[in-house]
Amino acid sequence: MDLGALFGSFDSFLSFTIGGLVFGAIYALIALGYTMVYGVLQLINFAHSEVFMYGTFAVAWVFVFLHGTGSATWDLKQAAPTLLVALVAAMAMSAAIALLLERVAYRPLIKKNAPKLIILISAIGASFALSEAMGLRDRFAGWFGVDNKLANYVTPAKARDVYTNPVTIEPHGLFDIGGYTVTDVDLTIIVAALAMMIVLDQLVRRTRFGRGIRSVAQDPESAALMGVNATRVVQITFLIGGLAAGVAATLYMMKIGATKQSAGFLLGVKAFTAAVMGGIGNLRGALLGGLTLGVMENWGAAVFGNEWRDVVSFVLLVLILLVRPSGILGESLGKARA
Amino acid sequence: MAGLGIARRWDRVVDRYNAQPKIFRILFVTLLLVFAYALPLLRPPILTTNSIDFGGVMFRVIAFALVALGLNIVIGYAGLLDLGYVGFYCVGAYTTAVLTVYHFSWPFFLALPVAIGVTMLTGVLLGAPTLRVRGDYLAIVTLGFGEIIRITVTNVEWVGAAAGIKDIPHPNNLGPEPTPPFDPGGWFAIPRVQWDGFVPSLDRVHETHVLVFGALDAVPYYWLVLTVLILVFIADKLMLSSRVGRAWEATREDEEAAELMGVPTFRYKLLAFAMGAAIGGLSGSFYASSQSGYINPQSFPLLLSMLFVAAVIVGGAGNRWGAILGGAIVAYLPERFRDFADYRLLFFGLALMLLAIWRPQGLLPPRRTRRALAAQEKIEELEGEPVDVL
Repeated sequence: MDLGALFGSFDSFLSFTIGGLVFGAIYALIALGYTMVYGVLQLINFAHSEVFMYGTFAVAWVFVFLHGTGSATWDLKQAAPTLLVALVAAMAMSAAIALLLERVAYRPLIKKNAPKLIILISAIGASFALSEAMGLRDRFAGWFGVDNKLANYVTPAKARDVYTNPVTIEPHGLFDIGGYTVTDVDLTIIVAALAMMIVLDQLVRRTRFGRGIRSVAQDPESAALMGVNATRVVQITFLIGGLAAGVAATLYMMKIGATKQSAGFLLGVKAFTAAVMGGIGNLRGALLGGLTLGVMENWGAAVFGNEWRDVVSFVLLVLILLVRPSGILGESLGKARA
Repeated sequence: MAGLGIARRWDRVVDRYNAQPKIFRILFVTLLLVFAYALPLLRPPILTTNSIDFGGVMFRVIAFALVALGLNIVIGYAGLLDLGYVGFYCVGAYTTAVLTVYHFSWPFFLALPVAIGVTMLTGVLLGAPTLRVRGDYLAIVTLGFGEIIRITVTNVEWVGAAAGIKDIPHPNNLGPEPTPPFDPGGWFAIPRVQWDGFVPSLDRVHETHVLVFGALDAVPYYWLVLTVLILVFIADKLMLSSRVGRAWEATREDEEAAELMGVPTFRYKLLAFAMGAAIGGLSGSFYASSQSGYINPQSFPLLLSMLFVAAVIVGGAGNRWGAILGGAIVAYLPERFRDFADYRLLFFGLALMLLAIWRPQGLLPPRRTRRALAAQEKIEELEGEPVDVL
């Protein structure tokens, strides 16, 4: 196949690939939340997209808090301290939302041993409510009479509109690969995502509570008999998913710089697709699936036009599932060996 | 289980109904039908939404119930989680629009069966490769399908791209044609009831003309879809009590056991998918030709699929009364909350969550599910510890 003919030139092929990897890394981090919860509970964590969305807002709020609303353009080195604060805030926010979700939308139903489908409905309801709550944040502030005080945080004219990080992070070229300049922002995103994935993977494989997670994923009843606290394990699973989503939110805001109350939905669908593609319930599968999806859809967008981007990714999903019905790596969380 | 009170009471109603002499049963059904048809004209207080157009609200409610009835075949009977049902709805609507106005000018009732056929074919084309995939994966594949359909109609100029298709003709009128501006047409006119507190009186200003499908009055559309709903309901009942229905339920409960008993499970799953798709296409077709006569890709967001699924599950998957009730609730609640304007989706999300937690089996679960639950309760009582029966 002549790549140059398809993509215009070999250089643009490379640029599409690297651009795809950057988004793939973010997909992979979000996919983690889906894959972990699925591995442990065999449930589609439908509201995970909102966990991510709240993280993106946390990042923007930190920038507004530390910098004010005047727009500015910083390079990565200048923004690094603020970004670190934002990272912590986003992780805390996402983890808090994930835990809240577990407590309110999942635990009562899991306790009742409810059918899986109704838990999905509860999650859909929670997703609606969370997303709407963010869209109505100016009203909530108004109830407490603090909407003027918090105006910078709650009102971009209407709270449902796009909320922009005042600080634009400008990427700088670091080195060239075959005519394509890799920027510091791209590199940071890929490296940070990979590092996070490796840390979590090792946590699940090597630590004591990782063993707990795997045992519950394999056989909840036996695990309970062996003294594993299943409720705690589920909580930790949601916590880890939330932390990863917080990291993803920070990286996303570095790259995109704006968010809105409905920003999570499509990314969530994509991330879930990535998780299924790699083999749901499988941490390494989530990484592989995320990167594959990111790269493939960027190639697809280059070849067929940007408006067909999402079609390419879903068709790819169907094709992969036809050949490998349980995803590329197709291994469950429980089978991961220490 | 505590959450089954409504369902038990419902059972008692059904039992008492079945014990009546035939003449009373016929009378009862007739009364029920008359009430159902008259509802948008009666406009009972409390139930009626504040907006003027209660007929329009009732049309949306009944259309949602029809969709839920179709999706109930896929989710409730065959146990396949379809998160992309809006795709079929969209195919039905666009087929109708293309045939009646955009490229051809067929009359609505000729386009309708073709739309159903096309949607059914789409269902088979989607189902044939994907139904072999395991249950949970099917959810994401169908979700992707819904999105693919929406993006395709957004991008393809032949079906109007992002601008959509407008001026889709309404269903054909019955009786004398209206001649604007003075003759509203139709055989006769029915006034609607207006309420002053709880005191009813006739509102002679707003009359519904039988049977004119115009842009002003939603009630004839409501009658049309209600009629179709009743027909589909009967067909659904016949299908479920036949060999096909038993095969679906067997497949849902235990696919391997069903296969061993000689049920060609794949073929039956495909049939369920096709039937569900056909009803989705049917509803889409009515949606396209409804009052506004306008569709565009934004009319078919993925979120609508979630609402369809929510309708079926909230009502009680596998019970056709449950599906209708669920569809009605999911369509009606946001309209009821319209007074709260901006907050209505927030309330809706919270309501979904609370409903799920309050009634994990749905509002009206099928009898069989309840029997299984009762058996489980009994075993628990005898053995003193929980066991899984379902």
